[in-house]
Amino acid sequence: MESVLGRYRNLTILVGVLFLQVLGLAVQVKRSNDAEHTRLIRIWAVDAITPLESGLVWVQNGGRNLWHNYFFLRGVRAENRELKEQIEQMRLEQVRLSEDAAQAHRLQSLLAFKEQIIAKTVAAQVIGSSGSDLSRSIYIDKGSDQGIKADMPVITVGGIVGKVLRAYPSTSLVLMVNDQSSGVGVLLEKSRLQGVLRGTPDGELIVERVMSDEQVAAGETVLSSGGDQIFPKGLPVGTVKEVRPGKEMFLSIRVRPSADLSRLEEVLVITDKQEQSPAADGGSRVRAADVLAQRLPSVPEKPPGVPGAVPSGGGAGPGQGSGAGAKPPATAATQAVTGNGPKVTSSPSKLNPAGDQVANPGTRPDGGIARPPSIEVLNRVAQKPISGDAANSESGGEAALPSPSASKAPTPAAKPAQPQPKPPSTQKPPPQPPVTEDTPH
Amino acid sequence: MPITYTSGEQIEVYRFSIPVTVGVPLLALFLQAFLPRRIFSIFDLPLLVTIFFAMARRNPISGLFTGAAIGLAQDMLGPYPIGIYGIAKTVVGYGASSLGAKLDVENAGARLLVTLGFYLLHQAVYFTVARGMVNLTLNWSWSRGILAGLANAVVGVGLYFVLDKFKQRT
Repeated sequence: MESVLGRYRNLTILVGVLFLQVLGLAVQVKRSNDAEHTRLIRIWAVDAITPLESGLVWVQNGGRNLWHNYFFLRGVRAENRELKEQIEQMRLEQVRLSEDAAQAHRLQSLLAFKEQIIAKTVAAQVIGSSGSDLSRSIYIDKGSDQGIKADMPVITVGGIVGKVLRAYPSTSLVLMVNDQSSGVGVLLEKSRLQGVLRGTPDGELIVERVMSDEQVAAGETVLSSGGDQIFPKGLPVGTVKEVRPGKEMFLSIRVRPSADLSRLEEVLVITDKQEQSPAADGGSRVRAADVLAQRLPSVPEKPPGVPGAVPSGGGAGPGQGSGAGAKPPATAATQAVTGNGPKVTSSPSKLNPAGDQVANPGTRPDGGIARPPSIEVLNRVAQKPISGDAANSESGGEAALPSPSASKAPTPAAKPAQPQPKPPSTQKPPPQPPVTEDTPH
Repeated sequence: MPITYTSGEQIEVYRFSIPVTVGVPLLALFLQAFLPRRIFSIFDLPLLVTIFFAMARRNPISGLFTGAAIGLAQDMLGPYPIGIYGIAKTVVGYGASSLGAKLDVENAGARLLVTLGFYLLHQAVYFTVARGMVNLTLNWSWSRGILAGLANAVVGVGLYFVLDKFKQRT
């Protein structure tokens, strides 16, 4: 026996080492929650790697910021002008959407719907991946010390990214939606069909469990359905790329993810969701026309008794009679539109690098716009404009990130008032600076 | 200078300093996790390092332990149960060191072929374990496997020449 073992010593050790690993693997597979049993050694490995990654990401971002903030400033004025125009357009859009959302909330409250609202998020930076072509997971620089826990959803401006698989003290492992072991409940926006989104071994996304006799068109938007109890309902997932017959009686729907999963830099972890009934408080609401009347440029009010004085705000809005110089106090709805209401920190430096927790004003007690404002924050953080479709199309805001309420609310029969024509004036009014959060009315 | 004799030919056995032994695999793991996955995901730097150390040391036992350590460390960074990469790299480490003890794998052509072969062996073992034990649904594609293997082999040949600088004769 000894001679045999001595002769095949190398092979014996190989078999022994393999056996031990197979045994360890079998124990992990058998136990449903292997994370607890292998947590300590995973922490060691992550702690050995992630400080280097964090340091390199810090250096990389520092160099990039230096370039962007100091050297790469050509064309900033022109871009600034364009962005201001875009802001004006989007504000008009927002007025209409807020009216739509308000109507949806009123209808939902009538039906006693419950809705999930993103209450709190943590901004995090992607510092690395699992380093394997056969799995799709990333590491972010926030962990349990910042309130991250397993199974928390991770999103970006574009849409959902994945969920937290393991939370370590200062980092977290995020399983992306295109990993083959991932599963997300989804909903097709137009056809309202529900299915399960899964990743393929090639890193693509497919929707399963949609019957083959259903009609699904390419280009249809895919949203999270909320059925997985992880992602809130209505977050964008992607668009249908291809529809093919799948296994058995189901379709295989390939989906193009709305978030660029291979170029993730900053993400938001949803650390708190709230469920609430939308409240219909029509008392404090201001009609869209009224809001517009306050915001459109008009002739400044002249002191009484001046000959030739033009009544201010004459065409500003029905029953308003107030121009730019005599505006009523801003109501809650006005604040929501103009940005004087609950403020979202607008400085990217305050948000992303430090990863401060961002309390979303989406949890306003009046049940106002349900679109998660954290996405707008991330918009600013990532310094990316909302996509052209989202900015231009009538349902652009919803396309960019539809609110849970808006996605399930019926289309309002009557659209809110269109932008009013400018008030008649004898001279061209001076250009009014765009209203920002810091500009008082 | 101790020299091992195999098949009548002189094959030198190398060793490495402790910083290189520990640092190079850690650096490979770090780079694998840090480099953008869009471009670099097909490369398996820990595998290349495993093959290099195993072939240079020409000792099956140290080869298999090197492979096991690197593979298990790679598993710890991933989302799946620990041991899939460990088993695959243990087999590769053992095979590469056994082969290195019998053949001259110092020239670029031999290194290219050996790396390609061990990449495919590694993928085969990984797929077998992942599908058989962990129940992952992995699709094997010969074209993709061979292309990735060739890419790894090309990168490996360059990497081996760099790592040759750290060799110390026993």
